[in-house]
Amino acid sequence: MDIDKNARYAASHEWARKEGSDFVTGISDHAQHSLGDIVFVELPAVGKTIKKGEAFGVVESVKAASDLYMPVSGTITAVNDALSGDPALVNREPYAGGWMIKYTAANPSEFDVMLSPEAYEAEAGKE
Amino acid sequence: MNTTRLHQWHVDAGARMAPFAGYDMPITYPLGAVEEHLVTRRSVGLFDIDHMGQFEIKGSGADAFVSRMVSAKIDDMKDWDARYSLLLNDRGTVIDDLFIYRLPGAWWIVVNASNRAEDLAWFNAHKPSDVSVDDRSDETYMIAVQGPRAIELLDMVSDRSISDFPRFTSGNASVLGVSCLVGRTGYTGEDGVELFFPADDAEKLWTGLLAEGERRGIETKAIGLAARDSLRFEAGMPLHGHEISQDIYPLESGFKWACDFEKDFVGKAALEQLAADGVKRKLVGIEVQGGVPREGYEVQSPEGAKIGVVVAGMFCPTVKKFAANALVDPAFGKSGLDVKIVIRGKPADAKTIKRPLYVPAYRR
Repeated sequence: MDIDKNARYAASHEWARKEGSDFVTGISDHAQHSLGDIVFVELPAVGKTIKKGEAFGVVESVKAASDLYMPVSGTITAVNDALSGDPALVNREPYAGGWMIKYTAANPSEFDVMLSPEAYEAEAGKE
Repeated sequence: MNTTRLHQWHVDAGARMAPFAGYDMPITYPLGAVEEHLVTRRSVGLFDIDHMGQFEIKGSGADAFVSRMVSAKIDDMKDWDARYSLLLNDRGTVIDDLFIYRLPGAWWIVVNASNRAEDLAWFNAHKPSDVSVDDRSDETYMIAVQGPRAIELLDMVSDRSISDFPRFTSGNASVLGVSCLVGRTGYTGEDGVELFFPADDAEKLWTGLLAEGERRGIETKAIGLAARDSLRFEAGMPLHGHEISQDIYPLESGFKWACDFEKDFVGKAALEQLAADGVKRKLVGIEVQGGVPREGYEVQSPEGAKIGVVVAGMFCPTVKKFAANALVDPAFGKSGLDVKIVIRGKPADAKTIKRPLYVPAYRR
């Protein structure tokens, strides 16, 4: 499994990365691999405020639909519109072109307590 | 859990395995379900379908027995012809769907793995003394080779010209040195064959066909059950347990064409009564925006009234649409109507469409 060393991770397989004053989130390489071919991604409206642990969207693979959980409370500033035309970007580039949302964090300390790349790799490797 | 003789090959190839009809089967390979679907549409896909069952029916009364047991007209079939049929119960609902091959001196009947035991019991319960019904599933292996270049590949590695077999016929041929019954049939909407041969030769033929495809520059890939499902769905073919089942009449899901009302068959009286009374629901294709429609999702009228339920739905890779088959109120059983499908609790805009989404290559 590929790990982005610059991101931190949730046990539910989302990653978060600081980019300037905002945060960016998508799903891990381990998650996209487990889901299989992704055919649809539903993302929130820009401006929406979502708490940590609440669903911010849905990813649908060939076999199933899965909720996506906010790793850090925040207000959506951008979503990746490219995923509506090419949802498989999440499979091909989970940490780059397959990003899902950008947001301003309400409480940035929530980021600091997320799993480190090493801790997530160890956790995901057990599955 | 049963396994096929190619089980270790699938595992070694990195396939995601899952139980299907009592067998641990490859669902997708690392190539992915969408790409596996597209490879089959553009070149050649290889399918391990050994979970499918095969019965051999013989004896002096076999012609009359098979004709009475199955819904389709078969008395005009010549040796080597192959035809689709339904196996109905007395209520007129569908125990299974079948492919029937007329071989010299025997009927060769291909059944779904999940219904094999029930089918066999049903045939045996009706069988007269001058007919034998033998389950040949264990000693027979079954592989499908499907796609626009499948026949080209088969011709190169067989001792007979498979391209001379018309669609829906069969014949004996040696393929890579393995004696096969070759049916020009399939479940993908593409041209191709289904091969029946001794189970001991499974790996030889499977790996041989993959190697020959590569050597001759014909892209040939192993395809899992996920892509098999999307291929059949796009091409308008039913999957038992979804579009047809013991809870669904063939007249509801558009299979009147597979029932020969000129002859006597099990289930005929019930279907004639149903035809006189009128069906209460109809199978319709639906295209939807805003997510993947899946089995069990509710279908609604534009006003939000429940009009039916999705029996199968998915992303269709060739036509790039999200589509469902649903059993709905007959008033909505035609194309071009606005409806809604409730996807994850939200009614999504949808429209009834013509089936199939993908017209099979051999019907164009």
